Amino acid sequence: MDTNLKSKIFDAVISILIFIAVLACLIPMLHVAAISLSSNAAILSRKVFIWPVDLNIDAYRVVLSDRSMIGSLLFTVRLTIIHTILCMIMTILAAYPLSKRDLKGRNFFMLLIVITMFFSGGMIPDYLLIKNLNLLNNFWALVLPGLISAFNMIVLRTFFSNLPDSLEESALIDGASYLTILVRIVLPLSLPVLATLSLFYAVGRWNYFMDSLLYITDSKLFPIQLKLYQIIYNNMQLEISAAEGNIASNLLPESLKAASVMFATVPILLVYPWLQKYFISGIMIGAIKG
Amino acid sequence: MINTDIKTAADVSSDVRTSKFHKFLTYLRHNYILYLFLILPLAYFIIFKYVPMYGVLIAFKDYNMFDGIWRSPWNNFATFKEIFAMNEFYRAVRNTLILNFLDLIAGFPAPIILAILLSELRNQTYKKISQTILYLPHFLSWIVIGSLAIQLLSSQSGLVNALIENLGFQPINFLTEKIPWYITYTLFGVWQSAGWNAIIYLAAIAGINPELYEAATVDGAGRLRKIWHITLPCIKPTIIILLILNVGRITQIGFDRPYAMGNHLVTDVSDVISTFVYRVGLRSGRFSTATAVGFFQSVVGMIFLLIANYIADKVGEQGIW
Repeated sequence: MDTNLKSKIFDAVISILIFIAVLACLIPMLHVAAISLSSNAAILSRKVFIWPVDLNIDAYRVVLSDRSMIGSLLFTVRLTIIHTILCMIMTILAAYPLSKRDLKGRNFFMLLIVITMFFSGGMIPDYLLIKNLNLLNNFWALVLPGLISAFNMIVLRTFFSNLPDSLEESALIDGASYLTILVRIVLPLSLPVLATLSLFYAVGRWNYFMDSLLYITDSKLFPIQLKLYQIIYNNMQLEISAAEGNIASNLLPESLKAASVMFATVPILLVYPWLQKYFISGIMIGAIKG
Repeated sequence: MINTDIKTAADVSSDVRTSKFHKFLTYLRHNYILYLFLILPLAYFIIFKYVPMYGVLIAFKDYNMFDGIWRSPWNNFATFKEIFAMNEFYRAVRNTLILNFLDLIAGFPAPIILAILLSELRNQTYKKISQTILYLPHFLSWIVIGSLAIQLLSSQSGLVNALIENLGFQPINFLTEKIPWYITYTLFGVWQSAGWNAIIYLAAIAGINPELYEAATVDGAGRLRKIWHITLPCIKPTIIILLILNVGRITQIGFDRPYAMGNHLVTDVSDVISTFVYRVGLRSGRFSTATAVGFFQSVVGMIFLLIANYIADKVGEQGIW
């Protein structure tokens, strides 16, 4: 009896601790969502916690009526889709041959790729390369440099090489080419890991900020993160200088900032539940020796 | 006699050579598609990874755009002498190490604790929902997280300071004062990554032999004792390997996070190597200087990483790589 009670208390304590962790995760996001849906008066009088006060969608209306914001959003969607597709094609093209144990030159190719995980030119040589390729202010400057993550490639290669050889051997004897085998046999068996890697590439592209800061100055090509950065941080500079006693002009309403944050966040989070069931197994493959 | 012998030997070896060559041709005929597959990926790595490595040469040169990398004159390590004389360089190195060290102290144990708590949950639905939510912050960009931080913590309108003032204390400048900024930076790091990083420990815990727990139950051990005497020792190898690899990355820091969390009032503590390189290189156009700083970090980082991997390999039965 005594141990049973103890165990019940233990369960309760664990549940409560997890609940606190979950709340800590959610509150910042819910707070911003609530602000984006509240009236400015309510926000300024600090009534908004995680539930909207004076519910309205004015902030979203303002953001939606901003051409450059919508343009940036659509641009980022297009960028993310194209980037993810190309990344997956390139990663598969690299991973499949390298998963063949008897491929001549395999170790050399692997070495070539693994070296790039340990050493890189760095920000400035990357920038000069893009500049010399005439890709500054170009859509492709945001697509090409990140086409293959060596890490993801090794994850996929490991997965491929763990598929039973017998599947391919019989097809080879029947005269099928490697291309047919890849498309008809290998890829359909790899859907979970392909979904995981697509998610990683897509989220990575959606969230990555530095390359657009470096390579893009034309506001038509601003990904949503750069756009958001400008909105939030320009406003923060104004706030700081206001706090320092300077006259603040054009301070953005909090709800508008919050709505912009939601715009930069929600689209990519919509992908997440669909792919979530896959990515745990995908990560585990990555954790096992490549 | 000798001559013919030699001839025969030469013939044999040439036969072997031609048959080897034939073998190679047959091999190629069967496998050429695999090499065709590799062409584009290898071209990618050469153009976008190896050409910039060659570009590192400008750290050793008086680079100017018109002469290009190759024809710009060597400068006898003048760039390196220059950066080693810059106070801002040492500040950037110091800040990089401090911020990574704080991350290690707060960010390393958090996922272990979280994983143990999650694994002790009995209700599977509750566990699944919690995990889904705990992984979420990993999918937010640092710009978004920085914006969340501003909205939560700003001293004028932020939620946290409203709370602090309601309790009768002075508001804290979480974003614009040094010590509070360290806390903000570190805690948001934990917030973003603890759930995600718990996955690997959860897997390690799931791999523990259940008989160990059963035996402990028979011996009358409580759940806390089982955590201490079974769970922790069993995931110790994972913990140690990840710790080594994390220490190996102590000189490396991304750009987005310090850039998004920083502002001009805390530059003194938030300016790290990556943001320093950006400022010197792209804001001031001093390409050689910035490249030298980046190169210095790459080399030191690579040495740390290789040592860490070597040790992790020795420690674990199998390394992570």
